Amino acid sequence: MKSAVIVFPGSNCDRDAAVALHQASGKPPAMVWHGDSDLPELDLVVLPGGFSYGDYLRVGAIAALSPIMAAVVRHAERGGAVFAICNGFQMACEAGLLPGVLMNNAAGKYVCRHVAMRVEDTQSPFTTGYQAAQRISIPVAHHDGNYFADDATLDRLEGEGLVAFRYDNDNPNGSCRDIAGILSANRRVLGMMPHPERAADPDLGGTDGAAMFRSLVETLA
Amino acid sequence: MSTDPDSIEITPEIVAEHGLTVEEYDRVKSALGREPNLTELGIFSVMWSEHCSYKSSRVWLKTLPTEAPWVICGPGENAGIIDIGDGDAAIFKMESHNHPSFIEPYQGAATGVGGIMRDVFTMGARPVANMNALRFGAPDHQKTRQLVSGVVAGIGGYGNCMGVPTVGGEVNFDPAYNGNILVNAMCVGLAKTDRIFYSAAAGIGNPVVYVGSRTGRDGIHGATMASAEFDDQSEEKRPTVQVGDPFTEKLLLEACLELMATDAIVAIQDMGAAGLTCSSVEMADKGGVGLELDLDKVPQRETNMSAYEIMLSESQERMLMVLEPGQEDVARAIFAKWGVEFAIVGHLTDTGRFTLKQGGRTVGDIPVRPLVDDAPAYERPWQQTERRAPLAAADAPAPNDMADALMRLVGGFDGCSRRWIWEQYDHMVMADTIAWPGGDAALVRVHGTKKALAISTDVTPRYCFADPVEGGRQAVAECWRNITAVGATPMAITDCLNFGNPERPEIMGQFVGCIEGMREACETLQFPVISGNVSLYNETNGVGILPTPAIGGVGLLKDASQRVGVAFPEAGQTIVLLGETYGHLGQSLYLRDILTRAEGPPPPVDLAQERRNGDVVRGMIRSGLATACHDLSDGGLAVALAEMAMAGGIGARIDLPESDVAPHAFLFGEDQARYLVTVTNPDVILAMAEASGVKATVLGETGGTELTVSGCLTISVAELRDVHERTLPEHMAAAAAS
Repeated sequence: MKSAVIVFPGSNCDRDAAVALHQASGKPPAMVWHGDSDLPELDLVVLPGGFSYGDYLRVGAIAALSPIMAAVVRHAERGGAVFAICNGFQMACEAGLLPGVLMNNAAGKYVCRHVAMRVEDTQSPFTTGYQAAQRISIPVAHHDGNYFADDATLDRLEGEGLVAFRYDNDNPNGSCRDIAGILSANRRVLGMMPHPERAADPDLGGTDGAAMFRSLVETLA
Repeated sequence: MSTDPDSIEITPEIVAEHGLTVEEYDRVKSALGREPNLTELGIFSVMWSEHCSYKSSRVWLKTLPTEAPWVICGPGENAGIIDIGDGDAAIFKMESHNHPSFIEPYQGAATGVGGIMRDVFTMGARPVANMNALRFGAPDHQKTRQLVSGVVAGIGGYGNCMGVPTVGGEVNFDPAYNGNILVNAMCVGLAKTDRIFYSAAAGIGNPVVYVGSRTGRDGIHGATMASAEFDDQSEEKRPTVQVGDPFTEKLLLEACLELMATDAIVAIQDMGAAGLTCSSVEMADKGGVGLELDLDKVPQRETNMSAYEIMLSESQERMLMVLEPGQEDVARAIFAKWGVEFAIVGHLTDTGRFTLKQGGRTVGDIPVRPLVDDAPAYERPWQQTERRAPLAAADAPAPNDMADALMRLVGGFDGCSRRWIWEQYDHMVMADTIAWPGGDAALVRVHGTKKALAISTDVTPRYCFADPVEGGRQAVAECWRNITAVGATPMAITDCLNFGNPERPEIMGQFVGCIEGMREACETLQFPVISGNVSLYNETNGVGILPTPAIGGVGLLKDASQRVGVAFPEAGQTIVLLGETYGHLGQSLYLRDILTRAEGPPPPVDLAQERRNGDVVRGMIRSGLATACHDLSDGGLAVALAEMAMAGGIGARIDLPESDVAPHAFLFGEDQARYLVTVTNPDVILAMAEASGVKATVLGETGGTELTVSGCLTISVAELRDVHERTLPEHMAAAAAS
């Protein structure tokens, strides 16, 4: 699997994602600077967590206009996989790779803790390693993870089985229909607020996220 | 304001407004050989402020032990450095941001965190962990909730954005902090021992470079504010609180670390208190050189800034460095890549003078040496704190209901879960935090190695108030114990000494006493002070805070897989108490919260016993014999048992040993140098303890869903958790509703 992690000014989970990818695939991903306008040939692009552009204007909004994002969109249009985690999910929504928007947490506070989620999809390249309806625990760390879309969009996402993960009686941010992560129509783009890269090493308090990286290595290899 | 500094006549009123005494002003004049202009007066006033010059504390700070074979750099630089083997160094410091946080809690706390991280990455380290020590007023005080939510959000807001985990800390509530909260922030970073950067300028003619945010009019005279008492008008000082921009600091961090991988930097210093003034003067003084700044070149956020304003601004996220000649373009390119301002603002000279140019004129010209060396140092009069009479047994009776007493302690504001706070901090980013907040010490892996750093912040202010010497000893000992309890070897500390007005002999006596106790403990425990900060004048309307010498300790665990936590790991483990139990209830949490009294002396700290017990416990952990460990502190044995049960979700059955100590004193006494461990094979542990002369007592066994102490109490673990977890969220939610 050839992968790359995009580094935006203010990204801070880029290294964590790279470590998890390296462990799962045996080779380090390329680290690609936001100012570049081209991507090498890749199987997977990771949009990592952090505070790109300081979350100024609106979370993910400025990053979505970075030179590299046009290349990421082209990669997705070619059917390439995009793993958009936390701030990456916010960017993916802003860039139109995924529908909807991430609003302030309903409680108005930053929240960092493990949350219980239910696996809703096992058909995407990210989720083949899970059982349907499996309950997993993965940390969140965000101030703006409250997923919102209009009812028609939510109905479509649910109808097409594009909700990848739902909070399982443990919604930390007030998201619509307990959505924790969604897939693009072709299931090649996953946006999620929880951080699987923080749950891929037993020393860090759990390995429920490791299956996501394993799934990617197996499906995209 | 764009006043020509030369045109203002320096009157006694202006001198007084700058916080300088008549005698100090005379020293200024003799250092200069003439009257200063306003800019020069401003520079002297910040350099000689309590905050920058340590004029009341210096003579006492010198008595603290600062050396050990593993200490690479002690106090005097931006942060202290220890050698943690394999060419790795840990760099750390703690600093206060008390006054700004009281006036504007979010920005005050945020910029405190930003400032301490700069101190660490200035030296070439990547920050890997933030900690804090917070003190608020009474929970029900009208300002407390707003201050708690603002400070917590500010700490999180800055650290989270920087991508540095906030891995732990401590929080207390006491009416003594109603008018003066304490926000002490600590940062730990990692560097290679052969790539450490210092602040001594060198190389006559070398360029002086300014990087980071532009200079604005914010924070002018912050250092002077931090050196004055508060009164009811203090909130009017809000304009002197700096505003933080963690995004810029993140870029500054990455750009600095990228530049530090080259050989372009001669010296580097962050602009913290007293901004451009303090950084320039310290770099020049340490290098024994002169330094000339062209203020027109300083990036400015506002127009028409005077030399006075530029030199005294405390705008955040700025650094000053001296580059090797010819390396300007390499450096400029790196900062351009990260979108961070870069400007050559001056050069080093052989004049030994600090010279400021603006608009082609010299607007300040001060000899460097006297500006630093002639700073006043006071041996302020001090009065020893009176010793407290021992607490009579009759004054500390048993509670009507032991279970109720325990519930009130684990659900009280000083004993309850801090989850509401630390869930607002990203404590996991960087993916190396292997022991989270809530344990004895946080553990952060040294990235890519088997090693981990253990970090803890500690002090028990009510002990320090009752007996400063004993309280100083206890603060250091408890920090050492917390690091030991995860299995790590305590290496060194940073301190943040928060006290009231040193011009009052009783306050100075508290300071002197705490330092004395700290000194003894640091020596016996081989736990030197390698960096720190003093915050005095923590008073409002003449009422001082409790003496609060916060200790931030760092330890090393060479093999992180040997670590243990506080949680009961499984049923059927034997619970062993290590250390002597005398049932000391003076100044205990039990006495204060259950009997609502604050009497007697604090528990005495026997440092030799502390050392012996800790070394034995660490050995038990390292050899895998102890499967969990928790040190005993606030609330004594009963609270420690409850915490281990709650953390593991497993109960225990305890039988107190035959003893002269009354059961409630056995359960709630706060005798020092004690640990609880769980073990699979108690015989080996007991033999080890006996061989080392450490008292070991088998108390019972883990298991079930209740914590039972025979003849005293039975409480379900679920109920304990419920009261423990509910307190803070409910209190803060009430604030939001009101």
